[in-house]
Amino acid sequence: MDFLKHLYEGPGILTFLIAFPLLGALAAWLVGDRSARATALVVGIVELLVSVPLFFTFDPTGTCPQSVIGRQNEGLPFAFSQLTVPFQNCTDAPWFADWGIHFRIGLDGISLFMVLLTTLLLPLMVLGSWTYIRDRQRTFYAMLLALTAGVVGVFVALDMFVFYVFWELVLIPMYFLIGVWGGKERVYAAVKFFLYTAAGSLLMLVAILYVYFRVHSVTGMSSFSYFDFMNPLAAFSAREEALLFLAFALAFAVKVPIFPFHTWLPHAHVQAPTAGSVILAGVLLKMGTYGFIRFAVPFFPDAAHAPGAVKWAMVLGVIGIIYAAMVAAVQPNAKKLVAYTSVAHLGFVILGIFAYNLIGLQGALMVMIGHGLSTPMLFFLLGMLYERRHSYEIEDFGGLAASIPVFATMLVFAAMASIGLPGTSGFVSEFLVLLGTFKTHPYVALLASTGVIFAAYYMLPMVQKVAFNALRSPANRDIPDLDRRELAILLPLVVLILWIGIYPKPFLDRMEPAALRLLATQSTRLAPPMQPMGDVAAAAPNP
Amino acid sequence: MLLLQEAAVHATSAAAGQAGESFAAFAPWLILALPLLGFVLNGLLSITAARRALPALPPVGDPHWDAHHEPSEQEHHAHGDDAHPAAHADDHGAHGHDAHGHGPKPATHTLPSFIAPGVLIAAFAVAVVNFLRMLAAHPETAWVHEYWSWMPVNDPTGALRVGAAIQLDQLSMLMTLVITGVGSLIHVFSVGYMKEDPGYPRYMAYLNLFVFFMLTLVLGASYPLMFVGWEGVGLCSYLLIGFWFKERANADAGKKAFIVNRIGDFGFLIAMFLLFANLGTLNFAEVMERAPAQMAFGGAVVTAVCLFFFLGAAGKSAQIPLYVWLPDAMAGPTPVSALIHAATMVTAGVYLVARSATLFTMAPVASLVVALVGTATAIFAASIGLKQWDIKKILAYSTVSQLGFMFAAVGMGAYVAGVFHLMTHAFFKACLFLGSGAVIHAMHEALHHTHSDMDAQDVRNMGGLRRYLPVTFWTMGIATLAIAGVPPFAGFFSKDEITGAAWDGAHGQLPLAAGLAKVGIDGTLWFGLIWGALSIAAFMTAFYMGRMMIYTFFGQNRTGEEERKHLHEGSWTLTLPLVVLALASTFGGFLNVEREVPIVRWFDFGQGEALHRWLHPVLAGADQVAEANGIAGAAVEPSAVPIAVAILLGLGGLALAWTMLSRRALRTAAEEPAYANGVERVLYHKYYVDELYDRVVVRTVGWLSRLQAGFDRYVVDGLVDFGGKMSEWLGVALGRFQTGQVNTYAFAILIGVTLVLYAFVHT
Repeated sequence: MDFLKHLYEGPGILTFLIAFPLLGALAAWLVGDRSARATALVVGIVELLVSVPLFFTFDPTGTCPQSVIGRQNEGLPFAFSQLTVPFQNCTDAPWFADWGIHFRIGLDGISLFMVLLTTLLLPLMVLGSWTYIRDRQRTFYAMLLALTAGVVGVFVALDMFVFYVFWELVLIPMYFLIGVWGGKERVYAAVKFFLYTAAGSLLMLVAILYVYFRVHSVTGMSSFSYFDFMNPLAAFSAREEALLFLAFALAFAVKVPIFPFHTWLPHAHVQAPTAGSVILAGVLLKMGTYGFIRFAVPFFPDAAHAPGAVKWAMVLGVIGIIYAAMVAAVQPNAKKLVAYTSVAHLGFVILGIFAYNLIGLQGALMVMIGHGLSTPMLFFLLGMLYERRHSYEIEDFGGLAASIPVFATMLVFAAMASIGLPGTSGFVSEFLVLLGTFKTHPYVALLASTGVIFAAYYMLPMVQKVAFNALRSPANRDIPDLDRRELAILLPLVVLILWIGIYPKPFLDRMEPAALRLLATQSTRLAPPMQPMGDVAAAAPNP
Repeated sequence: MLLLQEAAVHATSAAAGQAGESFAAFAPWLILALPLLGFVLNGLLSITAARRALPALPPVGDPHWDAHHEPSEQEHHAHGDDAHPAAHADDHGAHGHDAHGHGPKPATHTLPSFIAPGVLIAAFAVAVVNFLRMLAAHPETAWVHEYWSWMPVNDPTGALRVGAAIQLDQLSMLMTLVITGVGSLIHVFSVGYMKEDPGYPRYMAYLNLFVFFMLTLVLGASYPLMFVGWEGVGLCSYLLIGFWFKERANADAGKKAFIVNRIGDFGFLIAMFLLFANLGTLNFAEVMERAPAQMAFGGAVVTAVCLFFFLGAAGKSAQIPLYVWLPDAMAGPTPVSALIHAATMVTAGVYLVARSATLFTMAPVASLVVALVGTATAIFAASIGLKQWDIKKILAYSTVSQLGFMFAAVGMGAYVAGVFHLMTHAFFKACLFLGSGAVIHAMHEALHHTHSDMDAQDVRNMGGLRRYLPVTFWTMGIATLAIAGVPPFAGFFSKDEITGAAWDGAHGQLPLAAGLAKVGIDGTLWFGLIWGALSIAAFMTAFYMGRMMIYTFFGQNRTGEEERKHLHEGSWTLTLPLVVLALASTFGGFLNVEREVPIVRWFDFGQGEALHRWLHPVLAGADQVAEANGIAGAAVEPSAVPIAVAILLGLGGLALAWTMLSRRALRTAAEEPAYANGVERVLYHKYYVDELYDRVVVRTVGWLSRLQAGFDRYVVDGLVDFGGKMSEWLGVALGRFQTGQVNTYAFAILIGVTLVLYAFVHT
């Protein structure tokens, strides 16, 4: 027991979670097509089992000594204590030490759930690809595992260089997943996905280097450390800060995606194989919102809190919610429909982040988790349907509740979770986002709340046309219902969706200190004239 | 229900004596847990049954149960056009009418008959135990217990604390008794009505889940928790309306109900956000405590809160302009219409307003809006009910109209009258719907024998059924007298209390009238209008109910010779609930008779107004607000006028229907010509509101959606592709310079060198 405790408080666990899938990828590739999927499944299950205790051992107020995370200079923003940083399981290993590049990783309440979501989806994706992927299996599973490693890396990186490497590392396997195992227009979709997100990332790279050299010039120290990037000595002019923020924000906005940078997503989703869609919707999109929360906003609080920036974020978020919902409603392709709903859901996350209060931010984080469960569930279900009927066209179905009742039950459940029915994760998260947003921007919240109507408007017709109505086509009559493997994919998601819907406290408690700290860091780093930002009560309508 | 009545008499004595020992709730979580357990068990059975009924892929199957998932025997034909005859062909082959009852049914279809009503009756028993304890203690404050913390966020600018907590007070107790009591009866009825349906276990699972959510709605101790139940019942309603999902019309109706309800839910959400932004809490107790101090009386905030809550209520309780889903909801099985779309779920909006009585008392303008919308709905829906032929449609519009009465009551600040009518309506409308179910059941069976394609729900095809269905006739007759407002049946007292309140208001004797005066509105005229409109609506109610009863039960039988032989009453599971509900419709009104009603003096019912006393602790907050603002109405002078008018109108409506129809030779649907008169046509087509909404809202949104989809594809994405193409072209264009000819390169270098030199020289 002591050994386990020691293990999960120590630094090695995160490195393991990154390295193990990479080794697994190599193993899957080496064992060949026959047993690649079994290897991948074992790797996935081990990865999941190893990561789960993190949830229980995680200490919401845990810290690492600064020496571990390798910070040399003083002058931190004082929300971070002088001696410790609010992360745990920290590792710091020199990589290109001369340039200040260290392999710095650590975990806090925000990254914890993103990591766990990734490790949860990994074995499920392998199971979901079990019969779906028939060609070049060893490459496929190697790619999938490498992708997972990259995503985990993104969420735990505390060194901007390491972060960027992982960020770009994710692109390559995803590109191949879509481009090789995708549908008819897979190459177009893959290239679009790659170029669009890579172009955004390059701006971020420039901004990272800019900050790095500025910090170097004022402190004489070379460091890519996350904490050094918030060095108050590196005072930027308002114009500099705005441009830097914009560079980061664009990279993240493409990834989220925020309207109008979202058009790569429907293509990518429709063409990607099930596992690709699942990881794309489940965690890849969250890399964008995570980037906002972790980097863009805390690094450049003045720019991020500027009324113009907040206004644009809110407007684009609301447009995303309503516009994407309406576009989703008329899609003839079920997968495209679900893809557009992702844009709508992520719009809520943007609102929650830029509401700049704890309720909104916690809500945004909960949407990230909840959407990471319900949307993958929908994609899994559509994938299962595709394996039976080789179609995603809504018109091809109808009456499936009669021929495959368990599938239909699951579809209705996933749809209800997606549209935020109370009792599911979707409700808790969107409720918190809207509640938080309403406190600072009541009219924005009012508009965004129409999302609950539009959600029913896009989701229910699809459910009806697929699961209900007459069972007309003979092809839909003689298809087998879900088997054990498929239930094994869906049931964990069902349980988690209900758990978060009914008892989200363990989640909220774990992320609360981290979220509070992020907000506090921003307000302490804000330039003095901007200080009364925390005064949200004034914005609320008074009797 | 008699228990309730008897107990209410106790309440008066308990209220008279001081609140004695403190109230200790008896496992109120059981009330919620039992229906949930029923859902889980029936749900598992339903999945098992559904899997077993599948074709052999791999070959599994029960030799005794080879039915496909087809609409039930009972209501199948009722839905008119048979869109997919092919799909039915195998159904009839597989289990034609005489296949019923051959061979034992699998356990999946027998167990729900015990589980589903069993858990409900057990929950009712727990509720009764709690009721008796509450009666003995008569607590002045609500009993609240938090089981776990649901959504805690320790925001430094205002923490959110919402617990999974049960609130047991007189109002939620009353609602719980109605839900579990009437619910138990309808579950028993469902056993008789639905047991032949292939989807029987699924049906029972949905029904149990509905009761669970409905109880969550009334027992939750905060607005978010109420919202859980609020949307949960919407889900169950959606699933049950579309229960026979193979008919596209049914699935459409379910979808429509859900989407329209979500418009209301949007209002509910905004009201919660407003409350939280202003009061920093969403728990009932704290909201009612803080609201009078932190929000201005008649101010914009509290008015907005109340109006948004009312939008939510209008969605759930089918008020103008969101009532359109309820008549369509009749596509569901008839017991569902009785339970969800008459007795319980649709009254949730009334419960919401009564629960927020403190807030609504603070917002006179919003209250007036509620009362006016309720009144408008009452008269509007009643007029549509005059000309409908489908027995369930008549009852559906009747429900919308009666809900309008309830909203008129709670809008006028007569919260007790509203809740009272909610309760009596639950009795007589459930009785009417179940009765219509029994009629349809009998009609359908009879028509099935001859494979007639007559519409089993069209009252024109019935006639003279009182000879074949005596129990149904008498029970429905009693319920009709109750809804028509004939004394001494239940509806008379509750409806009279509502029109009486309007009458008082017209004489400036309501707190709301004083409240409106405070914000500069003369309410008396409005109240007079409300009284007049409600009286006309009451008259119409009596008329259309009389018309329905005459067409169904009196005169010549019009089902046809052969079919007539097969008309008979159903099993005891069908008739027993009817009898109990008829009894409740008869005596339920005595729960809250006003003193000045003559009948009270004749029968000496003690102090009278038992419900007023019972609900007093719940409404104390509203009374305090009224007193603090000096609007606590003047002493009401009892007047015999509204009572006399109400009695006259009720009897008059029935009498008019009788004189107009009883002598006429009624015709079947096939013989009857379509309405020729313009007014009749407009009423029959429900004022063409559905068509209007379709043109104005549905098509506009659809058109906008397609427009945006096009914009997304060709403009937003087009620009991205254009950007990609541009760089491609640029690449190609630049590629032209890579000619591979040394001359060209040399020329380029020459130009470059010249430019560089020029630059150097000039700096």
